[in-house]
Amino acid sequence: MKLTTLLTTAALATGIASASMADAIRMGTEGAYPPYNFVNDAGEVDGFEREVGDALCERAELECTWVTNDWDSIIPNLVSGNYDTIIAGMSITDERDEVIDFTSEYFPPDPSTYVALAGYDGDLSGAVVAAQTSTIQASYIASSGATLVEFATPEETVAAVRNGEADAVLADDAFLADIVNASNGELAFTGEPVSIGGGIGMGIRESDTELKDKMNAAIASIKADGTLTALIAKWFDGRMVKY
Amino acid sequence: MFNHCADPSLVDGLSWWSCYLTTGKHINFYQSFLVVFALLLLTVPIILAFGFAGALARRSRMLPVRWFGLGYTSMVRGIPDIIFFLFVPIAMDQGIEYLRHQWKCSDWLEPVRQGNDFVVCTAAKMPLGISPQWVHETYGFLLATLAFAIVFGAFAANTLHGALGAVPKAQLETAAAFGMSRGQIFRRIHLPQMWAYALPGLSNLWMILIKATPLLFLLGVEDIVYWARELGGTKTARFAYPHPDWRLGYFLVLLVFYLGLTWVSEKFFNNLTRRVSKGQTTIGGTV
Repeated sequence: MKLTTLLTTAALATGIASASMADAIRMGTEGAYPPYNFVNDAGEVDGFEREVGDALCERAELECTWVTNDWDSIIPNLVSGNYDTIIAGMSITDERDEVIDFTSEYFPPDPSTYVALAGYDGDLSGAVVAAQTSTIQASYIASSGATLVEFATPEETVAAVRNGEADAVLADDAFLADIVNASNGELAFTGEPVSIGGGIGMGIRESDTELKDKMNAAIASIKADGTLTALIAKWFDGRMVKY
Repeated sequence: MFNHCADPSLVDGLSWWSCYLTTGKHINFYQSFLVVFALLLLTVPIILAFGFAGALARRSRMLPVRWFGLGYTSMVRGIPDIIFFLFVPIAMDQGIEYLRHQWKCSDWLEPVRQGNDFVVCTAAKMPLGISPQWVHETYGFLLATLAFAIVFGAFAANTLHGALGAVPKAQLETAAAFGMSRGQIFRRIHLPQMWAYALPGLSNLWMILIKATPLLFLLGVEDIVYWARELGGTKTARFAYPHPDWRLGYFLVLLVFYLGLTWVSEKFFNNLTRRVSKGQTTIGGTV
């Protein structure tokens, strides 16, 4: 460890672009979507993806720095090189795959669920539904016939249901479960869960094939030895996923 | 921070608040107020410099320079601020990286633009990928500062240009009759009197600048708005200090902060205006 730091410093000092410089990468996340990723009370990135990311970086022998970025601009900023990966609960979709590349999934496809004020029993297909901008949920609602209201952050989508602007909110089940539990009965799940999107993968620039290969190998490794299964169980209320 | 905060689930009432308000995240929030002040202090000299350069360019005797001055002010003033704020940092960042790429990695054969990606060699990254996070943040902040300076500099240029034109011609002619050179007339007569006419416009600009600082948030700088939204959001049981949606409270704090800041500024500018208009042949100077 000390030696690598020394070497990196030496490489920096002499201005030689050596291979060791490529060993530091920046991990971009949203930091507003517990339990996937959030900024904890100490002001640091925390959550399921923080632990997965750290485990992957250790396996791939990369030095990772965590940075947060708004969801809206998370893909443009990856493409323009502000950070090297997106690890932010991003489902693998064909649409996104045209712009960036994805690693293999580190979280299985998860149904999305609706949450509304407790006691709501309206018809969701004609309702006003809130979702976060540029998410699989937003495009699902837009094509389903329901009225879509979009918000920049997950927080605002839930607030829209609370203040009556939307009848329901559609988001990943794990995110909403926490919110429902914390609402003291004010909010409740409603309607049937919908299966949209593939699993969650790490977004990487299309030109960055080397990093993609490294991460794919690391993901295969944490799947094989059960590390990933344990992390999913830890952050998603004991959910069991077999790899 | 305090010893009794070791287990947040055990504290309540006042001690809960004392723990809650001193979490690492809150310290970041308090520090981000300094970011706002840093932005204001850093941009003002640059804005004035850009403003003077623009105003003087517009008064230049050389046509191309005059065109440049006019082009700068009308372009920036005619384009919505937000578009400029989004454009300048990205364009600057990619421009700097492109130049460094040409300089440091001239043997690189692949194109810089590959499909959607903007790819430069590792050594040309700005800042370098291995730089600590604070370097990245400072760099982003400086790009934002530059965007502010360019936009507000154009407004300042217009104000200063107008103020320079408002000084009575007789003053300058008298100075010339006394045998002063062009430079002397500008420094001793034109410039000092100009301030009385420029100050109302400049103080207005300062107010707008204060109120525009939350645009930092738009540029990804973690300023007070970022932390207020972050802290105010619903905190579920995953957090040490769970609470419902408190964004209203946090934004109220920002409201009071900005109101206080603009109130103090107004007092300051009133004093300054009184001082520079003393003895002037304006209504402000006769009272």
